[in-house]
Amino acid sequence: MKTNKYKAIVIGGSAGSMEVLLKFFHVLPKTFRVPIIIACHLHPLDNGGLVEFFRLQTNLRVKEAEDKEQIRSGYIYFSPANYHLLIEQDNTFSLSVDPKVNYARPSIDVLFESAAVAWADELIGIILTGANSDGTAGICAIKLNQGLTIAQDPSDSAYPVMPQAAIDTGKIDIILCVDELDMVLQYIGLDIKTKGSHNAG
Amino acid sequence: MKSGDIETIEIRLLLDTIFLRYGYDFRGYAKASIRRRILQFMKMSGTACISDMIPRLIHDESYFEKMVMEFSITVTEMFRDPSLFLTLRQKVLPLLKSHPFIKVWHAGCATGEEAYSLAILIHEEALDKRTTFFATDFNDNALKKAKAGILELECARQYSQNYQLSGGKGSFSDYYHARYGALAIKRGLKKKITFANHNLVTDQVFSETHLILCRNVMIYFDKALQERVIRLFYESLVHGGFLCLGMKESLLFSEYQDKFRVIDQKNKIFQKKA
Repeated sequence: MKTNKYKAIVIGGSAGSMEVLLKFFHVLPKTFRVPIIIACHLHPLDNGGLVEFFRLQTNLRVKEAEDKEQIRSGYIYFSPANYHLLIEQDNTFSLSVDPKVNYARPSIDVLFESAAVAWADELIGIILTGANSDGTAGICAIKLNQGLTIAQDPSDSAYPVMPQAAIDTGKIDIILCVDELDMVLQYIGLDIKTKGSHNAG
Repeated sequence: MKSGDIETIEIRLLLDTIFLRYGYDFRGYAKASIRRRILQFMKMSGTACISDMIPRLIHDESYFEKMVMEFSITVTEMFRDPSLFLTLRQKVLPLLKSHPFIKVWHAGCATGEEAYSLAILIHEEALDKRTTFFATDFNDNALKKAKAGILELECARQYSQNYQLSGGKGSFSDYYHARYGALAIKRGLKKKITFANHNLVTDQVFSETHLILCRNVMIYFDKALQERVIRLFYESLVHGGFLCLGMKESLLFSEYQDKFRVIDQKNKIFQKKA
């Protein structure tokens, strides 16, 4: 499997996903190259407190995505509360205040569908625990564009509805529990050079 | 050719068609969100693919009008982001008090909720006698709604709460009549705003303006169009005039960044340097 082709990872989650993200963030090495972009259903008035919190939990740089900002490797981006986050083809973000999608803003579908167009087969989409079915259309869009789709194992999820809905589309490539997901992510995110020297060693 | 690339061609042709046929220019809109809206309208109107909409757009004006409505749907509320309105009240309006004549421009006012909010602020700070207030949008349907000033009854509690958080000096209910299951903005307040059609993409400056509000509009534009609009605002403002953007908008990636000073970073209030 050619693992170093991926240009971005998009993650969607709702209820219970903070704990899962926290676990990822602890284990991701400083050398992790692939930008991670996260749409999480947050309280509409959350003013970046979450970003501040996660900043202290990882070796990578964590920030809130800004409109028209260039997406860079080594960063973890969160969608701002109460905005949809979209990916442009020139590797920048756009925000929108369009109506809620699946009762959510940010909506996972909106992020995933735009990312699928921008990165096609160089994209990984991950659906974590959550209590509604936002993200299912996004997963289908990623698969349609030949990206890689992963869902957290519903039996390993605090709230199985969201990953189960994604799996029920029939478009999920891999179902993993959180510990396995950690390992896969670490492998994917290493740049070619690091991986080469690792193999040689 | 990948399906995504074909779709990109279709979108380009569609936007070119709209521009050539109707003069509305969406070509500088952020691609990802305009794509979403096009696909949504396509689904709604039961068309099989994007390019199938083109002949209909050319020959059926009502079809185009429906599409424009779909393209310009945004969500807003009275005193959206109360902290902005509180800051305007505390930091900006006092500075405007020294002017004998004040011109305010709310660009991209949509259905008018934030324009009415600002009008309430101006009234409560006793500036309304010398203020001329223009609220503009490119969408005539939205303007019609704005002029009517009818709000949904269900929102009353939320709006009232926002009003208090924004430093309201009276009661939000001072400004509307409740009737027929809706809230009607009082005539006195409505008279303070001139609603007019203006297109940020194709129209020109509003000269000698003291305060411009344009919130959550520019996020829908690509970088080049954003730059054009920021320039338009810069040229419309008097020296020392104020520009208010949305909470997640900035002048960060603009050449005009150095020509403004930051008055309030969190609420995105900027002042044109002299």
